[in-house]
Amino acid sequence: MNDRVGSPVQWPRRRFLASVATATGGIALGRFVTGCATVGSVTPARRALVAARGETIDLRIAETRVGIAGRGAVATTINGGVPGPEIRLREGQDVVLRVNNALDEDTSIHWHGLLVPADMDGVPGLSFHGIGPGTTFEYRFRVRQSGTYWYHSHSGLQEQTGIYGPIVIEPSEPDPYEAQREYTIVLSDWTFEDPYRVLANLKRYGGYYNYQRRTLADLGDEAKRMGFWGALGDRLSWARMRMDASDISDVTGATYTFLMNGLAPDENWRGLFRPGERVRLRFINASAATYFDVRIPGLAMQVIQADGMPVAPVETDEFRIAIAETLDVLVEPTRNAYTIFAEAMDRSGHARGTLAIDETATARVPGRRPRPLLTMADMGMDHGDMPAVSSMDHGSMSGGGSGGMSGMDHGAGSSGGAMPGMDHGNMSGMEQGAGGMEMAPAACRANLDVMDRHDDDGHGAGNAMVAEVARSRVTEPGVGLGEDGWRVLTYSQLRSATPRSSNSPVTRTIELHLTGNMERFMWSFDGEQYDPDMPDIELRRGERVRFVLINDTMMAHPIHIHGTFFELDVGACESNPLKHTVNVQPAERTSFVFTAEEVGRWAFHCHMLYHMEAGMFRVVRVRP
Amino acid sequence: MSSPIVVASLMAGLVLWGSPAAADMGEPPFNHFVQFEELEYGFNNENNPLNWDNTSWFGGDWNRIWFKTEGEMSTVDPDLEGEAQLLYSRLIAPFWEFQIGLRGDLVTGDGPSTEGRGHLVVGLEGLAPLWFEVEPAIFVSHRGDVSARLRTTYDLFITQRLIVHPSFEMNVAIQSAQEFGVGSGFNDIELGLRLGYQIAREFAPYLGISWNRAFAETVRLRQAAGRPESDLQGVAGLRFWF
Repeated sequence: MNDRVGSPVQWPRRRFLASVATATGGIALGRFVTGCATVGSVTPARRALVAARGETIDLRIAETRVGIAGRGAVATTINGGVPGPEIRLREGQDVVLRVNNALDEDTSIHWHGLLVPADMDGVPGLSFHGIGPGTTFEYRFRVRQSGTYWYHSHSGLQEQTGIYGPIVIEPSEPDPYEAQREYTIVLSDWTFEDPYRVLANLKRYGGYYNYQRRTLADLGDEAKRMGFWGALGDRLSWARMRMDASDISDVTGATYTFLMNGLAPDENWRGLFRPGERVRLRFINASAATYFDVRIPGLAMQVIQADGMPVAPVETDEFRIAIAETLDVLVEPTRNAYTIFAEAMDRSGHARGTLAIDETATARVPGRRPRPLLTMADMGMDHGDMPAVSSMDHGSMSGGGSGGMSGMDHGAGSSGGAMPGMDHGNMSGMEQGAGGMEMAPAACRANLDVMDRHDDDGHGAGNAMVAEVARSRVTEPGVGLGEDGWRVLTYSQLRSATPRSSNSPVTRTIELHLTGNMERFMWSFDGEQYDPDMPDIELRRGERVRFVLINDTMMAHPIHIHGTFFELDVGACESNPLKHTVNVQPAERTSFVFTAEEVGRWAFHCHMLYHMEAGMFRVVRVRP
Repeated sequence: MSSPIVVASLMAGLVLWGSPAAADMGEPPFNHFVQFEELEYGFNNENNPLNWDNTSWFGGDWNRIWFKTEGEMSTVDPDLEGEAQLLYSRLIAPFWEFQIGLRGDLVTGDGPSTEGRGHLVVGLEGLAPLWFEVEPAIFVSHRGDVSARLRTTYDLFITQRLIVHPSFEMNVAIQSAQEFGVGSGFNDIELGLRLGYQIAREFAPYLGISWNRAFAETVRLRQAAGRPESDLQGVAGLRFWF
């Protein structure tokens, strides 16, 4: 059970991705490679991702005994490894992906972020019937885009047990960003428990995996920061609402081992470079339930792509990557070694790797920061002093034309009274974001200024709270970030690299509330857990529609829509970034727009695997 | 024993029928939770009882079957006093379940009666503000006696694993049911304080004290049965669930 993975030198170097130069023309290279030598009965983790490319790519899904963090485990693998092979495609090519199911249950593969016909999207029950045991399904489509994406099972909880891998699509036009090397960095979470057991534990006891709650023993530490009565008062406010300020993540390092390209922190994934080279890092968060905060101490990162779509370069020191998001950065390392440090959002663990000039150089691994606490702002409490932007010109609203006016809170400050223990530290993150917004015309900001006051509908017994006032938080990096004295990326800094020429008017606004009941681990939209008999959200082809998401829960949710990119409203009109997944922070009002183009039934869901399984799922149907 | 089985089958049917269809495309949302909140040995100067308190549920997010049993069994004589409840439970508010079902009492040994007693139970189970677990219930016996109980417990985390569980229970009755040691009016209260250590979430040995005191007519009934008006026990036990 405990065969230790040997020293890295033992493993064959299969660094297919070490250089973009090798990425030319090779067909089916490494397609059937099933990994390395075995230690005992355990297939140790690969030191590097395996590539699969060409016009026909075979993927075989099977139960495999693999080594994870030096322990033997049975994973559901794609071509024998976790993660699965890196699928490398070229924009404009036609591809056939033959997925063979060697499991004894149904499986499926969804191409996350790829624009494919609905019947190739890989969601059982919507796109097709799934891939039965012993059968092969052929996905065929034309590759219509470029960038960094990923793929994963959309059946049950299989994603948690290893069915995920990266997709990199090279552009048909030369990439504007020259890099001498590139590495794909797949972040993920692994548990040695059965994921259905994890879900059952959460249903029985929502705080099952939270070993960082507020206790009597740490009241003293909090009192130092907030004052005794401040700390006590804050705790009482949370207790009155039957909410837990330390409930940042449902599933934590108590059961998870966090992986970088399949390797545990001690196994230390390593990417090599020569000093002076420019290196492109393609980050993918393929986790089932973990947000990561990523930084490379000593190295500034230039963000050039988000969710596979090019963005105007923006330099930063740290970013939070929500589940299912991808982010490409350029770095120019000059020292011998750097640590790539990816802390779980709740600080219960981390993934780690090294960028170095050789196989031995190492860099210091920073300590994890203390577990943050949610603030009353995350509860959507009505604080007059919260967002400075709320006092901005409300006259611009009329140009927004997006509805929501009636729900606006013009009385900012009317019922202020900040909680004594309130933490305004997150506000610091606002300044940097606001800088990027100065040029945006007032009309573009309309949706960011809305203060949406919740109506009387509490969304039923499946929802435990509502955000009294929800507002945009795109200028905030998120809980626990922005107080370290370095830059942290915010959505408000993202600008589409190529502004769209015109924005045709939005004809309809669809408002959905993100709801849940943590005590029973029920998750839903508008308080209604998904049921296949539920009516679809109906759109007409060509219709331009705005989605407004109001997060009534205290948790951040990565919301993903299949079959389209949407223009995330960060206040930049035609330069709003295109995304396939958006992190909706607690008590946030998120707004995005898209034009329904692909006919079919598309999944729309929270990408936290256990939230989706617990009912946070809807179907969007685009009719011809 | 056959009628409880029939009742259980009917309730299980109700739960399955009332459950929403499987969430997403995965497993049906059927789950179970079997918890012994108390399984302990009590030290007093009298009968050193074994006490148990079990609450279990079976079902989905909205509809569940609850089974609750509690009681004590003397270790020095054959006395046993216990009850069991079988309830249908429905989520009616974010933190509250409405429960309805049956309760059976069993008293053996030298107690006032060895006869069984059945009740209709209507109650709530849920979480009150400040994180108090609260369980109020009304009981109507098969002879029409009406009584009520309020129980509340709390989990106070000293550290991530060291947890204090205070508990409080109060019983009142409208009519007296003397053969069962139940006087009319305010019957008794029970206060508990248990300090447990969660070796795992599901498994926590504990030490504590439990104090019980009767009031009004119930005192006289206890005295008539040769039992003290109040009872203080040191307890050592195990809280576990699966």
